[in-house]
Formats: sequence, C-alpha cells, structure tokens
Amino acid sequence: MAASALETDRLCKSFGALTVAESIDFRLEPGARHALIGPNGAGKTTFVNMLTGAIAPSSGRILLGGEDITKVNQAARVRRGLGRTFQVTTLFRSLPVLDNVALGIAERDAVARRMWKPASRHGEIIDEAMQLLATLALTSDARTPVKDLPYGRQRLVEIAIALGLKPKVLLLDEPAAGVPSQDSGRILEVLASLPGDIAILVIEHDMDLVFRFAQRITVLVQGQVLVEGRPDEIAADRRVRDVYLGEATHA
Amino acid sequence: MSGYTVDPRIRWTEWLPWVAAIAFFFTLPEYLSLGARILIYILFALSLDLILGYAGIITLGHSAFFGLGAYTAGVLSARYGLTDPFLQLLAAAAAAALLGIATGAVILRTKALTLLMLTLAITSILLEIANKATWLTGGADGLSGVKTDPILGMFKFDIFGKTAFIYCLFALFIGWLVVRRMIYSPFGAMLTGLRENTARMHAIGAPVYWRLVLVYTISATMAGVAGALLTQVNQFVGLNVLGLEPSGDLLVMLILGGVGRLYGAFVGPVVYLIAQDYLAKQYPEYWYFGIGVLLIVVVLFARGGILGIIDKWLQALSRQTGSAKASAR
Repeated sequence: MAASALETDRLCKSFGALTVAESIDFRLEPGARHALIGPNGAGKTTFVNMLTGAIAPSSGRILLGGEDITKVNQAARVRRGLGRTFQVTTLFRSLPVLDNVALGIAERDAVARRMWKPASRHGEIIDEAMQLLATLALTSDARTPVKDLPYGRQRLVEIAIALGLKPKVLLLDEPAAGVPSQDSGRILEVLASLPGDIAILVIEHDMDLVFRFAQRITVLVQGQVLVEGRPDEIAADRRVRDVYLGEATHA
Repeated sequence: MSGYTVDPRIRWTEWLPWVAAIAFFFTLPEYLSLGARILIYILFALSLDLILGYAGIITLGHSAFFGLGAYTAGVLSARYGLTDPFLQLLAAAAAAALLGIATGAVILRTKALTLLMLTLAITSILLEIANKATWLTGGADGLSGVKTDPILGMFKFDIFGKTAFIYCLFALFIGWLVVRRMIYSPFGAMLTGLRENTARMHAIGAPVYWRLVLVYTISATMAGVAGALLTQVNQFVGLNVLGLEPSGDLLVMLILGGVGRLYGAFVGPVVYLIAQDYLAKQYPEYWYFGIGVLLIVVVLFARGGILGIIDKWLQALSRQTGSAKASAR
C-alpha cells in the first residue's frame, strides 16, 4: 500500500480521567478531499491540535507521508508540509494582506532570517504572494491591513497563507465559521479550486459545505471514530443520524 | 516601518537627526558631555526598540546588558590595563551577547508578566553582584581610574567632550544603519510577525523561540556597546547602570518618543535627558515630578509618543491642504 498523506495510529488523549480521544485510527490519502464531522464535544479540535502538534497525544503515533512526526514540534511539522488554517482567524492583524502571505513564503524559502536586503526588494517573494492573492481575488486588498477587511475576506487570507506554504497536507478548521451565508459560497468555490495534489482534511459544522466538498467523511463521536465512508454512505447511516438528531445513542 | 510593502529608501527627514547633531556640536560646545550621554542613550533605546517595539518582547531588565557592557569595559581598563577603545567595545559586546543568549534561552520560554519579572530579576542580580564584588567593581563607590587610549591613536578624550561626542555619534550612526537595515529586511518583517501573533508564526513554520533568542541577543549586544561607550566617555562606572532604575528610565524614554518607530528612540532620550538636565538644575529635589507629568501627558493624550502626535498633525495638515486644493478648483 502506498504511503498515506497523513495517518494516525491508535491515537489517544486524556486529561486526567477524561478521555477526549480514544484509539483513533485515521488515514488521509494523497490528494484526498476528506471531512471530519461530529457533534460538539466530540473531540474534533483535540484531534486537530494533536495533528498540528499544538498538544501531545497520551499515546499512539502520527505519520506524515509515512514518517513518524509524533515527537516533531509544531513549526517543524509545518516545514515538513503540514499546513493549517484556524477556526478563529489567526492573522497578523495590523499588517497588510501581502505581508501576511509573504511572511509565510519567506519562512518556507528560508529567507525570513535574512537581515540585509530590504524585504520589499525580495521580488520573488512578493511576486509569488501577489499571484496567490490573484487566484483568491484578493489583489485589490494586498496593501490593506487585515483588520480592515470584512470577516469573509479574512477567512480567505487564512487560506492564502496556508497555500503559500505549499503544503502536502492541509487542515482546514471550520473554514466557513463566522462567515455570513452569502459569502460562504465564495469559500466553497475557493476550496473546490484548491490544487488537486494537496490532501485536504476539513473540519466543519456546515453540512451543506461538507457534503458538497468531501469525497470521504469521518464521523467522530465522544473521542472515537463512529464511522467513515463516502458522503452517501454517511448520509444513509442510521447511527450518524441518531447522533445529529439528538436521539439516544446508548443503543 | 517594515515589511514587504514599504519603500526602504532613506527619506530626507531621516537625515535631520544627523544634521541636528552636527549643528549641536558647533553651536553648543558647553553641552557636549550631555550630548554624548544623549547619543549613548539613543543607541541604548534603539536596542530596546528592536525587541520591544518590533519583536514585542517586554522587558524591565535591559540595563543588565548596558551595565554588563559598562562594567566589562571599566574592569578590563582599570583592573587589567586593556585601554584600546575598540577592544573594550568588542569585549563589552561579547560579554553582553553571551549574557543575552544565556538568559534569553531561559526566560524567553515565558511571556508577559512572568517575562517582565524575570528580566527584572536578572538585572537586580547583576546589580547585587556589582555591589558586593568590591574587589572587582569598586562596589557602591564605583570604579574609577578607567583609561581609554586616544581613538585611532589620534583623538584623545578631552575635558570638553568633543572627541567623546564625535566618537559616540559615529557609534550611533553605525548602530542606526544596522538597525534600520535589519528592520526593513525580511528579518524585520518577521519580527513584527512575532509581535503581532505568535500562534500564527508557529503555523507558518517559524521557530518562534529561537527567533526570539536571536533578536534578544542582537539587542543585548547593542546595549552592551552603549554601556561601554558610557564608561569610556565618563572614565567611570557606577552602580546606576544596573537594576530597575536605568531600565525604567530607558522604557520611559522610548514611550515618550514612540515605541516601534525607530526614531522614537531618537526623540525620547533627547526630550528626557534635556528635561532631566534642566529640571535637575531648577528643582534639584523634584525633577522626577516633571518627568512624571511629561509621561502621564504622553500616555494620556498621545499613545504613539511624541512622534505619534507629530504623525497625526502631519496627517491632519495634509488632509486640510488636500481639501483646500480640492475646494480651490
């Protein structure tokens, strides 16, 4: 079997007596469009935080492109090709949109520690950032401080920064969260047009977005994988409906 | 002032401080000692601005590096007979850099109040060491008998402070060039990223902790050089270069001038030290009161410091002239 893009092997996390992730086996194929769903408190955020390295698992392993990254820190995981966006926009708020993207590209190209040549003379970085902004229709905002943009556009800047890192795997943590419904269509368009070679895992509450975007869906409930399958299988699954319609799950 | 969208060319206004310094040299020869002190504090404030204004590292202990630099130059000269001015600077820079990397590596894992207290603790410890190790530092009496050779073998430190002023001006000019270059570089843009959002920096793959240690060490080195300059100019080192007080004074100077604007580090020390000089002569017992009032006024009415107010005025002025032009049509 070819190496997966991202994989977890019996991943567990508990805070004292509280188990928030219980032996999660998860596999993200190269180029996949995968969604992770589950009710509030299912452990989605904990799972993502373990993938990105924000918190350490209690046991189990995480593999990126077949390599064990369980002990690798957050920034080093990013440099190995694991990109992410945040549920709540996490940006350089007072910096222009261009700088938000350029800072990431500079890190990727190991230019960020150079101290002599002015940043604005690093044409290769600026050109790449501008091209990226163009693909997201953000060109006209390049010089605007991020904090002056409407929230929907800020969500796009999140995605732009992540893409600038040229990740092999991209984790999108609720990309449409907090976006007014008339703008969420734009987010979906952008998601649909992302390069096919990036494996994408999207964590989302918006079922409409999930079912239109994902080819595979994993349902997480109480720290465990309840079921994984194609969207039509998930939609037809009785247990998933029970969870989401709030019916008794003690069966 | 930094980043990928700003024009890095030197504007004509940026030459004003240097013109002013040269004018000062020729017109106010009786104040050259004060002038040299101001230049040294500008260099010291620049080093603080790099970590506080750009990288967002909050500190009350920057005098640790200034003081270590001052004592390194002083002790090497008075106790070990090293009188070459550049070797003194070099030794002070090296000592401050070592302290910067050693303490930075420990304390930069923390932030906010914890970090503030740790920086304060470090300079307080150094103050206590300098106070107790009288055989080396002269303790509370200070270390006198510091000698420095003529600069380049030609320019002797004179009692009027002419050599001292020009020497410090050159040192500051080099410091300014380096810091300015750094701020406009990708490294400088990265520093503003550290200040703005460390979570985001982690997420773009930046080794945040090591970057903080790096910029902290660079800043410490500069502060050490500034301290050594003070020793060379005064031919004396006292305990007042260490501890909370000089750190606090420096912080006040930078806030007065404007934090994170490069030239705030120029304006602050000028205003502070001239006010101090004047007030100390007029009201020897209450001069701190005047400084306090100045600080309160700036913090209440001008959050960006003195340069912040000037910026606002200029903006208002250009809007007015802009609308005047528009209505004239």
